[in-house]
Amino acid sequence: MKRWLPLGIFAVLAVLLGIGLSLDPRKVPSPLIGKSMPAFELAQLHDAERTVSDADLRGEVSVLNVWGTWCAGCRAEHDVLLRLARTGLVRIIGLNWKDDRQAAQQWLRELGNPYALSAFDQDGRVAIDWGVYGAPETFIMDATGIVRYKHIGVLNDELLDQEILPLLKKLKSET
Amino acid sequence: MRFLIGALLIACAGVAGAGLEAYEFTDAAEEQRFKELIAELRCLVCQNQSLLDSDASLAEDLRRETYNLMKTGRDDAQIVQYLVDRYGNFVRYRPPLDPSTYLLWFGPLVLFLLGGFWVFRTVRHQRAAPQISEADAERAARLLDEESK
Amino acid sequence: MIAELGHFALILALCMAVVQGVLPLAGSFTRNANWIASGRPAAYGQCVFVAVSFAALTYAFVIDDFSVEYVASNSNTLLPIVYKVSAVWSAHEGSLLLWVLMLGGWGAAVAYFSRNLPDIFAARVLAIMGLVGIGFLLFILLTSNPFARLTLMPAEGRDMNPLLQDPGLAIHPPMLYMGYVGLSVAFSFAIAALIGGRLDSTWARWSRPWTTIAWVFLTIGITLGSWWAYNELGWGGWWFWDPVENASFMPWLIATALIHSLAITEKRGAFKSWTVLLAILGFSLSLLGAFLVRSGVLTSVHAFATDPARGLFILLFLCVVIGGSLALYAWRGPGVSRGGQFHWMSRETLLLGNNLVLVSVTGFVLLGTLAPLIYDALGWGKISVGFPWFNTMFIGFMPFLGILLGAGPVTRWKSDDPVGLLKRLRWAALASLALALLAWLPLYTQASWQVALGIGLSAWIGLATLAGFVRRVRDPRGLVSALRKQSRSYYGMVLAHLGVAAFVLGVTLVSLFGIEKDVGLKPGESVTLAGYEFKFAGVESVRGPNYRAERGSVSVTRDGALVATLHPEKRRYFVQTQPMTEAAIDVGATRDLYVSLGEPLGEGAWSVRVYYKPFVRWIWGGGFLAALGGLLAVSDKRYRLSLRRKIRVKVAGAEVPA
Repeated sequence: MKRWLPLGIFAVLAVLLGIGLSLDPRKVPSPLIGKSMPAFELAQLHDAERTVSDADLRGEVSVLNVWGTWCAGCRAEHDVLLRLARTGLVRIIGLNWKDDRQAAQQWLRELGNPYALSAFDQDGRVAIDWGVYGAPETFIMDATGIVRYKHIGVLNDELLDQEILPLLKKLKSET
Repeated sequence: MRFLIGALLIACAGVAGAGLEAYEFTDAAEEQRFKELIAELRCLVCQNQSLLDSDASLAEDLRRETYNLMKTGRDDAQIVQYLVDRYGNFVRYRPPLDPSTYLLWFGPLVLFLLGGFWVFRTVRHQRAAPQISEADAERAARLLDEESK
Repeated sequence: MIAELGHFALILALCMAVVQGVLPLAGSFTRNANWIASGRPAAYGQCVFVAVSFAALTYAFVIDDFSVEYVASNSNTLLPIVYKVSAVWSAHEGSLLLWVLMLGGWGAAVAYFSRNLPDIFAARVLAIMGLVGIGFLLFILLTSNPFARLTLMPAEGRDMNPLLQDPGLAIHPPMLYMGYVGLSVAFSFAIAALIGGRLDSTWARWSRPWTTIAWVFLTIGITLGSWWAYNELGWGGWWFWDPVENASFMPWLIATALIHSLAITEKRGAFKSWTVLLAILGFSLSLLGAFLVRSGVLTSVHAFATDPARGLFILLFLCVVIGGSLALYAWRGPGVSRGGQFHWMSRETLLLGNNLVLVSVTGFVLLGTLAPLIYDALGWGKISVGFPWFNTMFIGFMPFLGILLGAGPVTRWKSDDPVGLLKRLRWAALASLALALLAWLPLYTQASWQVALGIGLSAWIGLATLAGFVRRVRDPRGLVSALRKQSRSYYGMVLAHLGVAAFVLGVTLVSLFGIEKDVGLKPGESVTLAGYEFKFAGVESVRGPNYRAERGSVSVTRDGALVATLHPEKRRYFVQTQPMTEAAIDVGATRDLYVSLGEPLGEGAWSVRVYYKPFVRWIWGGGFLAALGGLLAVSDKRYRLSLRRKIRVKVAGAEVPA
């Protein structure tokens, strides 16, 4: 009986390894989900005299998108963000991360601006509070300000249609 | 504090990846504490490197964050918890000790004890087993060997 | 053309492997003499064809044939010729080709040296090796072909990863792979014995030299890897418990346990079940390591370009090989060992304890390495398990191993008297305790109990081994004749154990007494560390064959006398532009002085990292000493072919253990 133990242990291991093949070991899930969003106050990207804060995100369902001109994935997902903005479903706040102010403004001018407001996080402190470790990242908060969803990586149309839009509709119906 | 950081940043402007010499420590013990802290924190964008070894931009940010927290008087556990609140347990190279990681921390000991118990039983068991003499055993082996040729 | 030839040779090698894997095995059941005899020529054939294939790939690298995708991805016209050759195995596809080259080589060696084994048994051994070869060759041909061509040939290659452009790193994979693949020989012996239903001391004796050679290569490979990391990575570390490092350490631990278990099975006929299982486990861990490194399930600086599709192939291969062999073990494994009985206090018990510790260490290394994956797969969240956890566990287990290591060789087989044993070891024990206590005195830093433990253990292993040696050569007829009488196998063991003592000492001293300083220095400024003064003279631009570098000049003096002039560099390779730190090291038997450049701070000032590393060379010295011990043991005269043949001829008819 005992002699079948090694085989048994291996079988379990093989199953776990198999599951492991479908996982990404470098993806860091967010501990913020289910918690109230981090408080912050940053200068606006377009106007250094004015500020953006978490208050701008509370009170209604909102989306925070972390991006930078240096990030190739952000360029790839920009059209998807514009599409999302055009649905009018939700306000998208942009968090420009560790970027150059002029370059970022130029970028939005040229490619279109999906953001209702843009925050300028030059030293990355606010990004750390949000648990950001790479760009692009997208957060969805409900009307009470609780983080409900985080997507790490590039957004695409499929994700938008199948996950994000349904989720936004669901969150809006909760209020 | 923000001004100081800003000033430091400006001083380092144009430098790709500041090393630890950019930080000021009151004494060698504090420097040692800082190094030990960041050695046990993971660089999230690297292929398995600590904050101490990594050149990545995010690692730089996290080092600075850790330094600031240290300077504001928090202890090691608080600093680590600060980062865990934002990034989860993935950021710690030393896994936490809580019910979810009991398997990890106590598993080796349990396995060792189980193994020890098994060794104990094996030694005791083989002493009780009936034995043929060594000469007979060798003769049997010889016969079997010729048979298999 | 040559690349296509190489590709074709691989296909032929696969055909040979199929013949080698199927015919002799089938023939061993049907007792077909021709099929049984087909094993050896097939093995030689496979070896030749894989060698041709490997030569073809090497040729493509040497002549800069960038129409081959693998060459274009890993080489460059400016790459020095030595590294063009080592670039062959620097990435996934080529390293697999290296693996099958080793497999072919070991297969041919087994074919040659197995001529005095019973035909049926030898046929089965070769067949198992052939089956393993089929798996790897299929993997290469179906998913990882190094000879794939690019439709558009680039003018220049993407260059080899600068981190790999180091002599130590060049030889490290071949050594490791020799070890991994060598374990497949022990594996094949075990499977063949399980199939035949005969597991005895003869089988153990045949397996032993093969296993020991594989172990030697693994030891050298791991030691070189650690040495390279220290030299190249710029932060003075030599082991990080990175998943890929662990993937090489686990087979080594099992191979060590296997050598010791084979010794018992050969001498006393005991623990057959244990030994067979260890033989299966050793190669299984080699395969598991290959999976972990190439599938992308774990994050590591060492991992090859990862691809879950390839990972799936390897996983299936793992299931067939490991699952199949463990199933065979469960079905046909030996029952209660008919080996000699032994007392509680005996070498057998101590060796059993030794193996228990080694397997436990393997267990926790596997647990720690796979834990992030297991937790993620089970939905328990994302964690990291890093060096703090591994070090804690290792320090927990090491004392047990150390104590057994010292006491084991001095304990008699079968039954020993505890009081007598203590008497034999009393001086070693007392001296070790005394040294440990000395190390614990408040002269040292707060980590004093770890120092005491490390020094005490190291002293115990070393002194107990020497005590046993002295006792053994104590002969009234004279020292020289006593020395001559000892077998090489015994000397090998002594050296290997002393190597472990040296290793423990090196690790203890460098971990707890190493000093490091980060400073910003302007030209002319200096920093003092451990009595040495490091004076920074500035940095100049130099050009290497395929890089441009900022070369610093640091002169090291002690009490005014010049000790060394070190030239750390910050290199920027032309093609792969990431900056690379090349540390400068002043090597010494009792300490290393290590300097690496950080970043320019403006106005000619640079950040410099300076290390004082006491006894760090003893870490690798210990490793190489242990490997030397293994080599010595294998060259023991009882394994010499000519002697065995002589004895067989002399005593015709009866089987006599040589």
